[in-house]
Amino acid sequence: MADVNRGNRPLSPFMLGQYYRPQMTSISSIMVRITGIATLGFAFLLVCWFLAAASSPEAFAVVDGLLTSWFGDLLMLLATWAIWYHMLGRLRHVIWDLGYCIEIPVSEKMGWGMFIGATVLTLFTIIVV
Amino acid sequence: MVQFSLPKNSKLKTGKTWPKPEGATNVRKFQVYRWSPDDGENPRVDTYFLDMDKCGPMVLDALIKIKNEIDPTLTFRRSCREGICGSCAMNIDGINTLACIYGLDEIKGDVRIYPLPHMAVVKDLIPDLTHFYAQHASIMPWLETKTNRPAKEWKQSIEDRKKLDGLYECVMCASCSTACPSYWWNSDRYLGPAALLHAYRWIIDSRDEATGERLDELEDPFKLYRCHTIMNCAKTCPKGLNPAKAIASIKQMMVERAV
Repeated sequence: MADVNRGNRPLSPFMLGQYYRPQMTSISSIMVRITGIATLGFAFLLVCWFLAAASSPEAFAVVDGLLTSWFGDLLMLLATWAIWYHMLGRLRHVIWDLGYCIEIPVSEKMGWGMFIGATVLTLFTIIVV
Repeated sequence: MVQFSLPKNSKLKTGKTWPKPEGATNVRKFQVYRWSPDDGENPRVDTYFLDMDKCGPMVLDALIKIKNEIDPTLTFRRSCREGICGSCAMNIDGINTLACIYGLDEIKGDVRIYPLPHMAVVKDLIPDLTHFYAQHASIMPWLETKTNRPAKEWKQSIEDRKKLDGLYECVMCASCSTACPSYWWNSDRYLGPAALLHAYRWIIDSRDEATGERLDELEDPFKLYRCHTIMNCAKTCPKGLNPAKAIASIKQMMVERAV
């Protein structure tokens, strides 16, 4: 094969959204990854809270003030949703790994179930806590 | 490596807008990816207009009409025009499919046609599939036997033959692998849905006697386990196959033989 031009060949466009149509399969999957990382970030915030509590009353007042403000409440709300979503996502992986439900229609339904389920469970958490 | 944007030499420019057909009432707009290795320019998106009253029903019909009547330099692969050769796989309206069996009536609005995603472009709609084919070759896509050759043929029960349904139909068009974000970012080491579907096709073939070796070969953090069950592969397969399920079955066999 006359392959003289390998070096400057362009990469074909791929990005989700702009060139590749977003669909329930990819979105529900990437959201498991995103909520996992977000949950880690939130855990870091909690560690800051404990560290501040252990170091001095002034430091605790600053971090506690942030976490109990409306912004802190919003973060808590998002973290709750993220934790529930991530848990449901993991549950879906367990079901798949056991060899069940690995078909497009049922996987898409489970994807919707993860978004709706996480929202319902978050509301439930707000009511209970 | 995870990447979210195109390298500098791959960024798209607005290309040429070709004139509309004269006297046509039913005109449709086509936006087609173009790149030529000869002029040193970045890729561009050309705009064509076709008279739909004089065009066949499939996306491939439109591409052939453009090449025949408007712009003979437009380059793409095609052969059988009935979804069995796998040549005309491309990204159409945001999904990977075969141009010959994808109807223009399935697309709303303008028709956007790009090469298969995240591949090196040879010219226009033609991606370089060298690596993709090499990955297929690496899974030993043939019957591997150790016992003596039977007098007539390697026999298989009807039930065992049924296990190959949904696998043997693959035409290696590369739509699935190039729809997979994991393959976009790890194709140097991850085999991708097409090669893994073929790997499974031989693993579960009752006549094959190298199942252990085949599984050994795939026992690798990248080759097999970069599949995160995103399922873009099954969603996009123009033949309606489910590579994700085949990959899940390989993962299950890995567990079963380990415990």
